[in-house]
Amino acid sequence: MKKRIFSIALAGTMILSGLVGCSGKKSDALVIGGIGPLTGENAQYGEAVRNGAQLAVDEINAAGGVGTNGMKLELNFQDDEGDSEKAVNAYNTLKDNGMQLLMGTVTSKPCIAVSEYTYSDNMFMLTPSGSAIDCTKYDNAFRVCFTDPTQGKSSAQYIGVNDLATKVAVIYDSSSDYSAGIYDAFVAEAKNQGIEIVITQAFTKDSKTDFSVQIQKVKESGAELVFLPIYYNEAALILQQASSAGVTAKVFGCDGLDGIINQLAGDASLAEGVMLLTPFSVNSSDETTKKFVSAYKTAFSNELPNQFAADAYDAIYAIKAALEQAKVTDLEIDASELCDLLKIAMTKINIDGVTGEMAWTAAGERAKDPVPMKIVNGTYVAM
Amino acid sequence: MRKLFLKSIKSSTRNKFSTYIMVIAFFSIAAILVEAGILGSLFKGLLVPMCYYIILAVSLNLTVGILGELSLGHAGFMCVGAYVGGVFSILTKDIITSALIRFPLALVVGGLAAGLFGILIGIPILRLKGDYLAIVTLAFGEIIKKLVQNIYIIKDVTGFHFSFATSIDTSTIDSESKQVILNGPMSISGIPKNANIVIGVILVLITLFVIMNLVDSRSGRAFMAIRDNRIVAEGIGINITKYKLIVFSFSAFFAGVAGSLFAHFSTVDPTKFDYNLSILILVFVVLGGIGNIRGSVIAAVILYALPELLRSFQNYRMLIYAIVLIVMMILNNNEKFLRFKERFTFKRLFAKKHAKEDA
Repeated sequence: MKKRIFSIALAGTMILSGLVGCSGKKSDALVIGGIGPLTGENAQYGEAVRNGAQLAVDEINAAGGVGTNGMKLELNFQDDEGDSEKAVNAYNTLKDNGMQLLMGTVTSKPCIAVSEYTYSDNMFMLTPSGSAIDCTKYDNAFRVCFTDPTQGKSSAQYIGVNDLATKVAVIYDSSSDYSAGIYDAFVAEAKNQGIEIVITQAFTKDSKTDFSVQIQKVKESGAELVFLPIYYNEAALILQQASSAGVTAKVFGCDGLDGIINQLAGDASLAEGVMLLTPFSVNSSDETTKKFVSAYKTAFSNELPNQFAADAYDAIYAIKAALEQAKVTDLEIDASELCDLLKIAMTKINIDGVTGEMAWTAAGERAKDPVPMKIVNGTYVAM
Repeated sequence: MRKLFLKSIKSSTRNKFSTYIMVIAFFSIAAILVEAGILGSLFKGLLVPMCYYIILAVSLNLTVGILGELSLGHAGFMCVGAYVGGVFSILTKDIITSALIRFPLALVVGGLAAGLFGILIGIPILRLKGDYLAIVTLAFGEIIKKLVQNIYIIKDVTGFHFSFATSIDTSTIDSESKQVILNGPMSISGIPKNANIVIGVILVLITLFVIMNLVDSRSGRAFMAIRDNRIVAEGIGINITKYKLIVFSFSAFFAGVAGSLFAHFSTVDPTKFDYNLSILILVFVVLGGIGNIRGSVIAAVILYALPELLRSFQNYRMLIYAIVLIVMMILNNNEKFLRFKERFTFKRLFAKKHAKEDA
C-alpha cells in the first residue's frame, strides 16, 4: 500500500519516457533492427555483431547509400542478454521504433523465439550467427552462418574423405546447443565415413576452465585426432593443457575455433596444424577480408574482428544487395511488403563477402558448404 | 448504509478484494491502452510475462515471507513445471485438439509435477533451517537445470526412446514416425503457444485467491507461528514438518503453473532456469515487502517492466536498473521516508474523502 504512490509515479515516468521515445520516431533512413546479447555472459558475441554491422552500415552510407536514390541505412541494436524472453521484448521495442527489417538475432535460442514473431508479423529476418536448424524454419528467415548439423557433417566427411584419421576423440560442450548440435551430426556422419569415435568427453559451461581429466582420457584412448566443436576460448585452454600433458593428436574444429591464434597470444605455436572449418579467417590474405579487418581495427580500438563480426558485416552487405535486387527505393516501405520482396531477392543475389561467396537457397541457407582451413605459420591456409 | 456494510466486512477480506481489483484494473487498463494503440507492442509483449512473474513472486513469498524460510530454488520448480507442462502439451496435441481443454490441463499437470517435487525434496530438507535450507534449495535448482540439459526423449511407433547424458543411438529409431520430444541442451520445441493475457490474469487471480486464503486460514496462522517462534510453535503442538511441507508444496505447485504458462508463451531454454532467475524472483519478493502478497504483485510488475522501459538509455540501462534497485531498497528501510509515504497512502486519501462526505 505504502509503496504504491511512489511506484506508480516511477512506472508512469518510465512509460512516458518509453512513449516519447517511440512517438518522435521517423528517421530519414531505412531502419534495420538488430538483436543480440550486449550484457551477460554472451556479451562478446553480441558486441562483435553490433560492431560488424555498424561498420558495414557506416561504410554503405558513406559510399552513397543503397540503390539508385542513395537510400541511407540505420542500425538500431537492442540488448537481449542472450535470453529468449528478453529477445522478444527487444523485438517488440524495435517494432515500436519503426524497424523495417531485422538483422538478428545473434544466439540460436533467442533467434528461434523471435522467428515465431517475425513469421506472424511477416518481418524479414537475416540472422548472422543463429546456427540451430530451427532458426530459419520459416520462409522469411535467412542466415549468414552455416547450420550446426552442416558443420558436423562436413567435418566428418572431410576427415573421412581425406583419411585424416580413423580414431577420433571428441571434446564438446554438452550445455551448448551449438556444440551439441555439431556433435550429434558429426557422430551420425562418422559412421558412414568409417571413423571410429574412440572417446567422447563432455564439459559444461559451469566447468570450462580445467580440462585435465578430459585430456588425460583422450591421451589414454590413443586417438589420432581430436574434434573440438566448441568456441575458441575453451579450445585455447584445451590446446595449452593438452600440450603440457603431451598429447600429440591432430586437432579439427568448426567456425567457433576462429580467433584461436589471438586467444593463444603468447604460444601461438600451439595452434600450428589446427584444422578448422570456417568461412572467415581474420589472418586471410583475401583483399575484401584485409580491408574489413583493418577498417574494424581502426573503428574499434584495435580489436580484431571474429566470426560473429564477419557474419554481421556480411549480413548488412547481403541486405544491401537484396534491397538493390528488389529495387526498393521507398524509405517508408511497410515491413511486411519489404519482407515479400526481400524473400525473393535473397535467393537471386550472389556477392563476395568476408565469409566467402554468398548465395542463398529459398530455405534460407547458404548455397555453398564450408571449406576447411589449416593454420600454418600463424596464418590460415586453405586445405 | 453503505459505510456500515463496508465496515461489516472483515479487514482481511477487504484487503483481498482490493488486491483482486487492483490486478484486474491494471491488466484491463493495460489491455485497453494496447488495443487502442497508445501503448506499443513492447508493452503488449510484457503483459503475459508479468503474469507468470507475479505468480512466481507470490508463491515464493509464501515460503520466504509467511513461513520465513529462505528458498533459492524457485527457478527449479518453475523448470519442472515448464518441462512437464510442455511435454504434456506436445504429447496430447493430437489427442486433445481443443486448446481450451488441453492448456488448462497442461497447467495443472505442470503444477502437480512441480508440487510433487516440492514434497519429495521437502521431506529430507525441511529438517534444515535458515542458511542450510537456502543452500540445499540452491543446489536443487542447479541439479534440475543440469538434469533437463541431459535428457533426450524421442517418440516413434515402437514407443519412447530415452537417453541420458549423450544423444540417442539413432539406428534403432524408426525415422518415419520419429518425433523428438526432449533434445538435451536444445530442449523442447513445438509447444503450442496457447498462453494469452486472459488466461494469465485468471491464473494470477486463482493464485492470489488460494495463497491469500491459505495465509488467512488455520494453517496460515500455524505458518506464521513457525516463522515467529519455532520453539513456541512446537510447544503448542504445531507439527512443524507437516506445515512446512504444505507451504513448500503449494509454493512449488504455483511455481510449476507459472513455468507451464511460460513454456506455452516463450521458448524453453534450460539455461534460463538458473540461479539468477531464482534471485530475480527473490528480489521481487524482498522489494515488494517480505510477507506482503500485494507488494509482491506490484514489485513483480514494476521490476520486470523497468529494464525494458529503460531501453532508451542504451548501454546505461542495466546501470540505471541497479541504481533504482539500490535506491528502492534503501528508501524502503528508511524510517523518515516511510513516514513521508504514510501521508500519501490510499487509506489516508480515502479517509479524507469520507471526512468531507460526513461534513
